Amino acid sequence: MKILTGNRLTDGEAVWYGNGAWLETIDKADLADDKAAEERLEAIGAAALANNVAIDINLVDVNVVDGVIEPLRLRERIRAAGPTNRLDLGKQADHGSVPAA
Amino acid sequence: MYRYDEFDHEFVKARVAQFSDQVQRRLVGEITEDQFRPLRLMNGVYLQLHAYMLRIAVPYGTLNSKQLRMLGHIARKYDKGYGHFTTRQNIQFNWPALSDMPAILTDLASVEMHAIQTSGNCIRNVTADHFAGAAADEVADPRPYAEILRQWSSVHPEFSYLPRKFKIAVTGAERDRAAIQTHDIGLHLKKNADGQLGFAVYVGGGQGRTPMVAKKIRDFLPEEHLLSYCTAILRVYNLYGRRDNKYKARIKILVHETGTEEITRQVEAEWEALKDGELKLPEADIKAIDAYFAPPALLDRPEGDDAVKLARLDSRSFSEWLDQNAVTHRHPDYAAITISLKGIGEVPGDATAEQMEAVADIAEKYAFDELRVSHEQNLILPHVARADLKAVYDALVEIGLATANSNLITDIIACPGLDYCALANARSISVAQDISRRFASLERQRDIGELKLKISGCINACGHHHVGHIGILGVEKKGSELYQVTLGGSADENTSVGDIVGRGFEPEEITDAIEKIVDTYLAIRLDPSEKFIDTYRRIGLAPFKEALYAGETKAA
Ligand code: SF4
Repeated sequence: MKILTGNRLTDGEAVWYGNGAWLETIDKADLADDKAAEERLEAIGAAALANNVAIDINLVDVNVVDGVIEPLRLRERIRAAGPTNRLDLGKQADHGSVPAA
Repeated sequence: MYRYDEFDHEFVKARVAQFSDQVQRRLVGEITEDQFRPLRLMNGVYLQLHAYMLRIAVPYGTLNSKQLRMLGHIARKYDKGYGHFTTRQNIQFNWPALSDMPAILTDLASVEMHAIQTSGNCIRNVTADHFAGAAADEVADPRPYAEILRQWSSVHPEFSYLPRKFKIAVTGAERDRAAIQTHDIGLHLKKNADGQLGFAVYVGGGQGRTPMVAKKIRDFLPEEHLLSYCTAILRVYNLYGRRDNKYKARIKILVHETGTEEITRQVEAEWEALKDGELKLPEADIKAIDAYFAPPALLDRPEGDDAVKLARLDSRSFSEWLDQNAVTHRHPDYAAITISLKGIGEVPGDATAEQMEAVADIAEKYAFDELRVSHEQNLILPHVARADLKAVYDALVEIGLATANSNLITDIIACPGLDYCALANARSISVAQDISRRFASLERQRDIGELKLKISGCINACGHHHVGHIGILGVEKKGSELYQVTLGGSADENTSVGDIVGRGFEPEEITDAIEKIVDTYLAIRLDPSEKFIDTYRRIGLAPFKEALYAGETKAA
């Protein structure tokens, strides 16, 4: 499965696309589980880049385990949580979202 | 230290205005990311995993208190309360908003700092020995030449679009603390038989994917020819350096593919046409720059001997700190001090806003307002009277920066790695922290002796792993982190690239592996005076391989 992610233009904050908006946490990201859904996300990503909402936009691979989105790559898990050496910083601190790492 | 002249002020001010305008236009969508990206990079703004990152130049690692205080202010106001000192003697902030960049750069300009040429295919911040101007073993302060190079290379029209980035380092001592042989150009300032100052010139060193030790192409270049000779090197590189393949574009590849003899011939031929032209440095110009770097008036403070003796008797931890973190100064009543940013279990190179401010105060009070950033990610007080050492130590204890581990195994270089860096394959910081905790005992560290451990989170080698006595490189294998270990690297006057010891280690295994390597060294060294690197050079990989992999079934 894939989700759409990028960094917000104004402050670089890592964001994920879900429910028609760019969210600061990964948990409610829209999931794409077929080609058509991926294409939809890709189009949304391209529009976000063109509209200067977000940059460095990518589809990333995830699993959903017990209803929780877990990116496959450690890189994306760290983006979703914050630096692993500073649990007081990043999403894990601001939103209490638990690192999957 | 060097003070901006009118030109510098105008130049930096104009750049801040220009970039502020570019940021505004980007924020309102007048320019696209593709258009903006090269502009922001030219001004030190990267995008990392969690946020933008701003890399600020600290020319040849030299700072004054006011500047460090401003960095503390930026950390607090625009970031999350800390900054990261890098192996390029620069500082990086990990969380600034793009919309705050104009304000940050304006604040920086107010203390004569900027982020220009900290990225891109240009001549980057010139680095220098962090004990420059203080070390007992140098022939002259190399920083005036670094400053001359800085002025010459700043927005140099001919060298702003090189095939790839270009790094120059300078040292003024035989004992190379600036790792000059790992740079595109390494300059060793020395005197010839007639007492004239000049440089041994090294070209084509570098790390990254293809580590190379620089080749000496000239044993003595009289100082007045510094710019003409560097121009000649850059011209040859600009002309023949590869632009077809990013991974082959550094000058090290050109030197390697062309051969030292031929590249020397090309440079010398180019130089022949340049050397007596306008780039020849008039003595008056060198003197004028020299004057900016005039050492502070170091009054005799002979009471220092007794003061240190007494304080040593009084405090064992002070005594240990002194043994480890003080370096012989050219003035016998003074010392150069390393402020370790490598507390046990801490992030190498990180300092909080409060620490920066406190260190600035200490420098102002006890160290003639002078500070340096070392490429080993520590801060330096270059001139401290021995009589004041105890007071400095006590002040450092207060802010948790009195760790006595300079040059020991916990004085680890580590890049930001996968905790921050968009290019990373694996984490570096967590590995450094784990190893630091494992070797926390100072007694044990001192028994092990000098050991340079360096960690990079990807092959770009910002953590200098190739030239660590023990180097650790993080790679990604099947979606997980794996750490490859090299041994025998070195970044001093006997620069060498480390040898890969064998298969990599998982995150849970790497600290044990390092401990095995260290224990093996302790078992086979001739005596405690034989350093790790010397034992390795005497014996080679075999006993370490044996210790690490002996139990494993041999693959075919
Ligand atoms: S070595 Fe790699 S991971 Fe480390 S800072 Fe450099 S680019 Fe990033």
